[in-house]
Amino acid sequence: MKPSTLLAALAGIVVASLVWAQASTTDEIAKYRAALQDGNPAELWEARGEDLWKQKRGPKQASLERCDLGRGAGVVKGAYAELPRYFAGADRVMDLETRLVWCMVQLQGFNEAEAKKTPFGSGSDRKSDLEALTAYVTSESRGVKMNVALTHPKELEAYRVGEKLFYYRGGTHDFACATCHGEDGKRIRLQDLPNLMTAEGAQKAYTSWPAYRVSQGELRTFEWRLYDCFRQQRFPELIFGSDGAIALTMYLARNANGGVYDAPAIKR
Amino acid sequence: MDDGRRTFLKSGGGVTLLTLLAAAGWLDAEEALAQPWNKTAFDTHSLGDTLHALGGGEPAQSKDIEFIQTPEIAENGAVVPVGVASKLPKTESIAILIEKNPNMLAAVFDVPAGTEPMISTRVKMAQTSNIYALVKADGRYYVAAKEVKVTLGGCGG
Amino acid sequence: MGEPMKIRATLTGDTTEVKVLMNHEMETGQRKDAQGQTIPAWFIQTIGVTWNGKSVLSAQWGPAVAKNPFLSFRFKGGAKGDKIIVRWVDSRGDQRTDEAVIA
Repeated sequence: MKPSTLLAALAGIVVASLVWAQASTTDEIAKYRAALQDGNPAELWEARGEDLWKQKRGPKQASLERCDLGRGAGVVKGAYAELPRYFAGADRVMDLETRLVWCMVQLQGFNEAEAKKTPFGSGSDRKSDLEALTAYVTSESRGVKMNVALTHPKELEAYRVGEKLFYYRGGTHDFACATCHGEDGKRIRLQDLPNLMTAEGAQKAYTSWPAYRVSQGELRTFEWRLYDCFRQQRFPELIFGSDGAIALTMYLARNANGGVYDAPAIKR
Repeated sequence: MDDGRRTFLKSGGGVTLLTLLAAAGWLDAEEALAQPWNKTAFDTHSLGDTLHALGGGEPAQSKDIEFIQTPEIAENGAVVPVGVASKLPKTESIAILIEKNPNMLAAVFDVPAGTEPMISTRVKMAQTSNIYALVKADGRYYVAAKEVKVTLGGCGG
Repeated sequence: MGEPMKIRATLTGDTTEVKVLMNHEMETGQRKDAQGQTIPAWFIQTIGVTWNGKSVLSAQWGPAVAKNPFLSFRFKGGAKGDKIIVRWVDSRGDQRTDEAVIA
């Protein structure tokens, strides 16, 4: 065999084995993720959240069972699939977490700062009631198709602002959300990055939050996911429940319309 | 000192002798739970030391011990699914050891008569390492090993 | 009294499958906090599972069992409505007992 043909053949084998190695790595990681599905610790947060929803708390000693998440007072089923949305009483577009804070203030008499005090929990000593409540409320939308409306002018505005934020480049690395999430086939080390510009990518990504994050041993919400992306992009801190956070959520949730909601999930 | 107590002390702790009694149905769950936690066994750094602490001798390699639902690559070492199924008759206990962990023994499960000799759980792995499934069957110890790779994921997902 | 756990027991034919999700930090004692202080070990040490009072599984754990431990096993027997009780005791002497019925 001519040397060049031999080299080409060897190169072919090397490339083929690298591709095979990569494919089998992906397969094994898929097996890891599948094995985690059975017995999701998120259920522990869901149970605590349900208790918090029904418990009489705060200065007004009231439960959250009259909280209107958009489908009527106390209707939890299917509510997350329609959020964020405009709420007339607050004259504002709200995501689930801001709506929960609103209800804790209005119905239970907590003050806003108190209600927002621990958005992200850490261990058994610093639990986040909002994470538990989010786990419970979102679990009641499992199996429901994402159905975020853009009827009110403020909903439309939130979507447009969210879209601008998605493409906004900044920070020390000149990153935008679109930098990592605007193309097919991108990954960071072994993590495949969803292309949020496609319907399929947007649906798959949005419908799997909140999730129990194995690497943290905590249940994390969508507000957390955005907060952490900002941190990883070396952006200034994304303020919990801010208009910016809600706008980005609106953009991504609406783009996920049609996707079947399947959370709380479990992730690495 | 009566013979029973001497045997108890010789066997190195609660797990072995009382396990036999529990398996024979002589102990109810309360008593089984009241066994002192075998601190020595959970403080070991080798398969040999762990076996010694559990009261056993050199284990035989066995093809009748299977790893089930145990992926070869764990995205995060904090939670690694491990399942062990033993086809060895009269399986009394199944232990999971992780070679490169600070302490090798992760868990010991005592399997009473009537319970399938199969356990699924999740362990922490400090790094890529061999996992040993140590089975006690009919009074003797057997072992099987599987390497599980632990990776660091990226920053998403 | 520890945090509540989730127990699922399902009967298929003549075998009952039990799945338990426990709520526990399972702290190894190897980690340090932001101030550089070692976070003390704190983990479930002994577990017992009974079916109608009979022991169907007992176990001893070290801190290498993952946080919020998951456990799954099967035993022969059981009927719908039978009680499964899971109890654990941890390294601080804290304990938790929860029960479920076989569905």
